[in-house]
Amino acid sequence: MRAATLLVPTTEELEPGCPSAGRPGQFSRKICPVPVACSCAQREGGDCVLVQKDSLLPRARKLAADPGRQPPDADAAISIRGLAKRYGDFVAVDGLDLDIRRGEIFALLGPNGAGKTTTVEICEGYRSRDAGEVLVLGEDPAAAGRRWKAQLGIVLQSGAGESQLTVRELVRAQASYYPAPRDPDEVLELVGLTEKAGVRGKSLSGGQRRRLDVALGIVGRPTLLFLDEPTTGFDPEARRQFWSLIRSLRELGTTMLLTTHYLDEAEALADRVGVITRGRLVEVAVPSSLGGRETAPAVVSWTEDGARRSEATAAPTALVRDLAGRFPGEVPDLAVTRPTLEDVYLRMIGEPS
Amino acid sequence: MTTTDEVSLPSLPSVYRSRAGVELKEFFRQREAVVFTLMLPVLLLVVFGAVLNFDLGDGVTFTQYFMAGIIAAGILGASLQNMAISIATERSDGTLKGLAGTPMPRSAYFVGKVVQVLAVTAAIIAILVLIGVVFYGIDLPPGADWLTFAWVTVLGSASCTLLGIAVSSLARNGRSASATVTPFALLLQFISGVFFQFSEIPSWMQTVAALFPLKWMAQGLRSVFLPDSLAASEPAGSWELGRVALVLIVWCLIGLLLCVRTFRWQDRDSR
Ligand SMILES: Nc1ncnc2c1ncn2[C@@H]1O[C@H](COP(=O)(O)OP(=O)(O)O)[C@@H](O)[C@H]1O
Ligand SMILES: [Mg+2]
Repeated sequence: MRAATLLVPTTEELEPGCPSAGRPGQFSRKICPVPVACSCAQREGGDCVLVQKDSLLPRARKLAADPGRQPPDADAAISIRGLAKRYGDFVAVDGLDLDIRRGEIFALLGPNGAGKTTTVEICEGYRSRDAGEVLVLGEDPAAAGRRWKAQLGIVLQSGAGESQLTVRELVRAQASYYPAPRDPDEVLELVGLTEKAGVRGKSLSGGQRRRLDVALGIVGRPTLLFLDEPTTGFDPEARRQFWSLIRSLRELGTTMLLTTHYLDEAEALADRVGVITRGRLVEVAVPSSLGGRETAPAVVSWTEDGARRSEATAAPTALVRDLAGRFPGEVPDLAVTRPTLEDVYLRMIGEPS
Repeated sequence: MTTTDEVSLPSLPSVYRSRAGVELKEFFRQREAVVFTLMLPVLLLVVFGAVLNFDLGDGVTFTQYFMAGIIAAGILGASLQNMAISIATERSDGTLKGLAGTPMPRSAYFVGKVVQVLAVTAAIIAILVLIGVVFYGIDLPPGADWLTFAWVTVLGSASCTLLGIAVSSLARNGRSASATVTPFALLLQFISGVFFQFSEIPSWMQTVAALFPLKWMAQGLRSVFLPDSLAASEPAGSWELGRVALVLIVWCLIGLLLCVRTFRWQDRDSR
């Protein structure tokens, strides 16, 4: 066990508002450096011993202790500060800060197991968190009610189950839960399921089912739409079609948080991309400048004296001009390359930060 | 709380109606569910009625005795088995999680399920009684017995619905719920006086059966379908209607407590 122990001498030090207040033998905010992050307390030989599991979340602890940190922004669509989540001893999300503006399409890009679903489902109110603050449309998802949910649209990674109802019946039923739903038939038109409106949910193909998931997600006229890996398992053609669907939703002014492990998808759809790996956000940028790509040095390579040579430079034109002077005719095997988005991405997720 | 410029959430009755519609369609369009829950009791009544139409004395045939038992078993199937399997399925395939992410009031899910159970139960009872009356000369119960019929059905179905909802939380998915609940229900039917006369079952089995609602439902329904002279051949020497009501109410309370404590909208390992 990597757990630290702290002695808590008396129960008087328990503060109101501390999750363990009133229960003797547990921690207080005064003693515990990170509120709510401590989970397990036990009695040992008459002394109160706090097993401080948040020692497993050093980063979240550091962030929480930083005096200069900004509080979460209630006006943002989503605002996250120092979010951490453990499954047992495994830290799935480790000190994540993120702001998503209203009206933007934000892609959370990362490999499988990076913590995308965990983060998104905490924002949706499905999962609990171990540390940090989260505001979604100005409210804490862990405590928000039906009125808050009426403003969200959720497309889960796993999708909805099989159903004996037809596509139209399913969308209508979903619409009946919301205060100001869209017209179900218009929604079917939008996702391209009009021809399948009379088909039962269980008989749809994989791609059609995903469209149905989106139809169910948007019929409530959400201000904020979550899409967790909406296109995983699609063929390239279906993916393109799906992208145009997302673009038409953008026209309707819906804020979107979408997760993906496809780089091209994030680049094609998102206003901004956050790259997440091992539970940490390693970069947030507009797609064109991800990983400093626009300013990354170019690599000029050529063959000289029978050997392949290459040089990284911020001024490739000057170098090429110089080379042109050194060689009588063509520069042998001359090539100027810049890192592709793929290179940048692989470097980002390969590097422990 | 509601301000004027805020659109208000849909009213409870409208969401309840919508969920009731969903649940009725989900059940009656699913062939396996209809065959298993509705047709099986009917088939059993037809087969048993034709084969075991012997006399129990007092001019009462076993078919009359079986009528009460198979209705009780039908109620069990429509509530306990149906709820355990369908909710476990909906939990493991993400239907429940999806609903939990909408502003649907959570009570609406249960209202929909209750409407489904009531509709299926009413259908089973209507078909069974009709077949009994038309083919096996079973007399419709006299006036006061309808009241007993009604409360035994309502209490039995309520307790078994609540238990079914609670049991659904133990299963990993619909398939595993079916694999555990179906044999259990069958076993219960054998020892609760559905397929055999309860008085002929070894007394330790009677004791086991008395722990569960089915035995009491069957006994209550026998008081409806059999002449009172046969009460003497019950192990207790009477229909024990007071005790029937008591046991079923206790099971309702236990079921409710278990539901409140165990109901989950998501798979255990996705939180
Ligand atoms: N309910 C859970 N219990 C235990 N571990 C989990 C659970 N959910 C996710 N994890 C683990 O946490 C990590 C992040 O998972 P997830 O958020 O689903 O990542 P992503 O969506 O980026 O693929 C993975 O290693 C995963 O195995
Ligand atoms: Mg995921």
